Amino acid sequence: MTKNDTQNSLCKKHIRISDIILKALIFLCSAVVVAMTLGMIIYIAVKGMEGMSWTFLSTPAFSYPYENYGVLGNIINTLYLVVITLLVATPIGVGAAIYLTEYAKQGRLTKIIEFTTETLSGIPSIIYGLFGSVFFYNIFKLNYSILAGALTLSIMVLPTIIRTTQEAIKTVPLGYREGAIGLGAPKWHMIRTVVLPSCIDGILTSVILSIGRIVGESAALIFTAGIASELTSFDSIADVFTKVLNQGGSLTVQLYQYAQRGGSEMKYAFSTALVLLVTVLIINICAKLVAYRVRKKRS
Amino acid sequence: MENENVKISTKNVNLYYGENHALKDINLDIKTNRITAFIGPSGCGKSTYLKSLNRMNDLVPGCRITGSFLLDGEDIYADGVDTNVLRRRIGMVFQKPNPFPMSIYDNVAYGPRVHGIKSKAKLDRIVEESLIGAAVFDEVKDRLHKSALSLSGGQQQRVCIARAIAVQPEVILMDEPTSALDPVSTLKIEELMNTIKDKYTVAIVTHNMQQAARISDYTAFFLVGEMVEYGKTDDIFSRPKDKRTEDYITGRFG
Amino acid sequence: MEKASEYAATPAVKPKAASSIRSRRSGLTGIAERAMKYLFTLCGVTAVACVLMITIYMIISGAPAIGKIGILDFLFGDTWYAKNEQFGILPMILTSIFGTLGAILIGVPVGLFTAIFLAELAPKALKNIVKPAVELLAGIPSVIYGLLGAMLIKPLMYDLEEMIFANDPTHKFTGGANLASAIIVLAIMILPTIINISENAISAVPNEYREASYGLGSTKIQTIFKVVIPAAKSGIASGVVLGVGRAIGEAMAIILVAGNSANMPSLFSSVKFLTTGVVAEFAYSSGLHREALFGIGLVLFVFIMIINLVLNGILKSGKKKEAKAKK
Repeated sequence: MTKNDTQNSLCKKHIRISDIILKALIFLCSAVVVAMTLGMIIYIAVKGMEGMSWTFLSTPAFSYPYENYGVLGNIINTLYLVVITLLVATPIGVGAAIYLTEYAKQGRLTKIIEFTTETLSGIPSIIYGLFGSVFFYNIFKLNYSILAGALTLSIMVLPTIIRTTQEAIKTVPLGYREGAIGLGAPKWHMIRTVVLPSCIDGILTSVILSIGRIVGESAALIFTAGIASELTSFDSIADVFTKVLNQGGSLTVQLYQYAQRGGSEMKYAFSTALVLLVTVLIINICAKLVAYRVRKKRS
Repeated sequence: MENENVKISTKNVNLYYGENHALKDINLDIKTNRITAFIGPSGCGKSTYLKSLNRMNDLVPGCRITGSFLLDGEDIYADGVDTNVLRRRIGMVFQKPNPFPMSIYDNVAYGPRVHGIKSKAKLDRIVEESLIGAAVFDEVKDRLHKSALSLSGGQQQRVCIARAIAVQPEVILMDEPTSALDPVSTLKIEELMNTIKDKYTVAIVTHNMQQAARISDYTAFFLVGEMVEYGKTDDIFSRPKDKRTEDYITGRFG
Repeated sequence: MEKASEYAATPAVKPKAASSIRSRRSGLTGIAERAMKYLFTLCGVTAVACVLMITIYMIISGAPAIGKIGILDFLFGDTWYAKNEQFGILPMILTSIFGTLGAILIGVPVGLFTAIFLAELAPKALKNIVKPAVELLAGIPSVIYGLLGAMLIKPLMYDLEEMIFANDPTHKFTGGANLASAIIVLAIMILPTIINISENAISAVPNEYREASYGLGSTKIQTIFKVVIPAAKSGIASGVVLGVGRAIGEAMAIILVAGNSANMPSLFSSVKFLTTGVVAEFAYSSGLHREALFGIGLVLFVFIMIINLVLNGILKSGKKKEAKAKK
């Protein structure tokens, strides 16, 4: 009664050529992506070490007569950009996220805000650059300056902060809120004491992601923060603040200049790239650590 | 027992999920063109056993199986077995209706297409026959190219049965096929099972003892990974040999 | 005030009790509560204000040039020569479109296959290598891509160019700074976007579909390509659209490899994208020239807005389908 014809035999392997081809393509593509990434990192590391020195890290580049190659000025400028951008964007972004999740009723306004946030995240940085160069000049009479650059970047990172914070707030268990409201706590009190503390990691994540974007940004900065790479001398406390009204090229902008001039300066472009890459790596690791902490807390 | 052929024979089956010993020494023969029901409380291993028959447990990481499984005398777990051929011969209907997010036609034609049938006329015929076989053709014939997700749960499940029939399996495994459905749909599927057993060997896991009593020819009772009793459905329900079986079917636990 | 009533969930039995609940919100806490509400609302509409401002300013600064040059001459003029006040951006528009298409053509298959690997096939150990690699790829600043493109891809493309056009005396050699190099850099740049979004979409496909497919005797690869990918298609499509957005808006990664002369696009000629045109000329431009660059910005902005609308449409239809499936 057993029908063991060849067609039905369990052990007859059917070779499916299309399966094999597709599988090979899948493995090939993944291998290419990994090899490419590793190759890029190693290449930058090796090339970057050529021009790397303590002098490179501890002195600024002079725009004329191009005889010193360093990035200290740009590192300081980048730090300024990061700090100011976060100071402006984080409160607004977190506030917007709180509005969207806690106050807004599901209606037209929420939809518009969510749509515009999406739109903001899709606008390319060069448009931000163009916009920033006219807008902040028209409104605040700001010429090329760190402040104009930071304000431009603030708009750019806003969607990241809003969305990441929103996600974090949504994960705060309903029970916590009900507990607070059940005790008669007013809304802001509830947000301050219950919601914000439990999504602080989410806000931290959004800040870390934003730092990554700020450090890596270039096109939005060339026309807003400019390209200067000199060190400002901090003679008085006031200088720390007035610096924001001066031009200041970020690391990425300096890299672009080195690369554009080419020739012997190419190696300094790679050294700058190495500095950026290490920064990005550190940022990635920080983001991982925060995510790990969140997971540990949840479980 | 009567002069019946054994379709699937399993001997000394043990199954582990990691450290968990989920099936213990199961010996059970499934008879050709009969409906065999597996009953027992949740977590007793009946679904696990069912899924080991077409090696769906292979997909579960950390799952280890020993013992012998023979389909028409051929070892299901032998080296070199093509699980795709195995699953074409032993089809499966799942607990939750799970039609693909495609049209009804494409759902039913999926299996035949995967197994290399390309002719439109042939596919048309298979789809129609399968839907008729699953007693759902009249309800969906005017909207074969509409999404299967637009159907009711009961219709979806019958489309899933049609989809399983379309690859012309020899055995159909059903894992609580009606537990997510309303009573009317359940009744339709029970009637359907009675008509398809002439062509197919059916093994069904059910939570519902009345269902097992109504539709099956043989019943196996599982309890915490062991098969307590196996025999003709009438015998199991009217003259259980084991105390535990009796307690279960009289509703004393479970 | 309305907030107070919202949380007095049970309808007041006695009117007096209700008013006493209301009165508790006066005083300092009440003011703080209301102030915070307005503050948060203000934050919420900031995003809207920003988009409005950007739109308005892009139009204000871009439209005059288009008006002066003439919209047809601007959009369809085939010569861009600032010295002679010839501002036709058709070559740049076409370069941006073809460049983006090329990047998609290379980046989408590679990205999708990698996403499939991550979501369906990769053993855990391998996944732990590939995933961080993709994350790193996403984090690398675009100028670095440009730098690497200039150092690695440009020479490679130059070799290729020399091979292909060895016997063609009419070909203008680009030294590798051409559309082909730019396409490769763009393709690499959009990979992380495509991979991440496709992987999420594939992972979100319910397991029941896979089980059903295996249950019918189909292989893993058949299941992936015939069930899983079709079920994830709206998610994958939104990844592709986002990739298009990234590619069309990218400037710094390609400015060093594209060559920067406003030729009609062809793989081995030096080209100017909408974005690279702006970056390359902005610093020294003035008068109508600068206005024309803002005009380019406006055109780019319109492209991006169209892409955003398409994306929104895809996401909406995807959500509708999901809702239907749940029913």
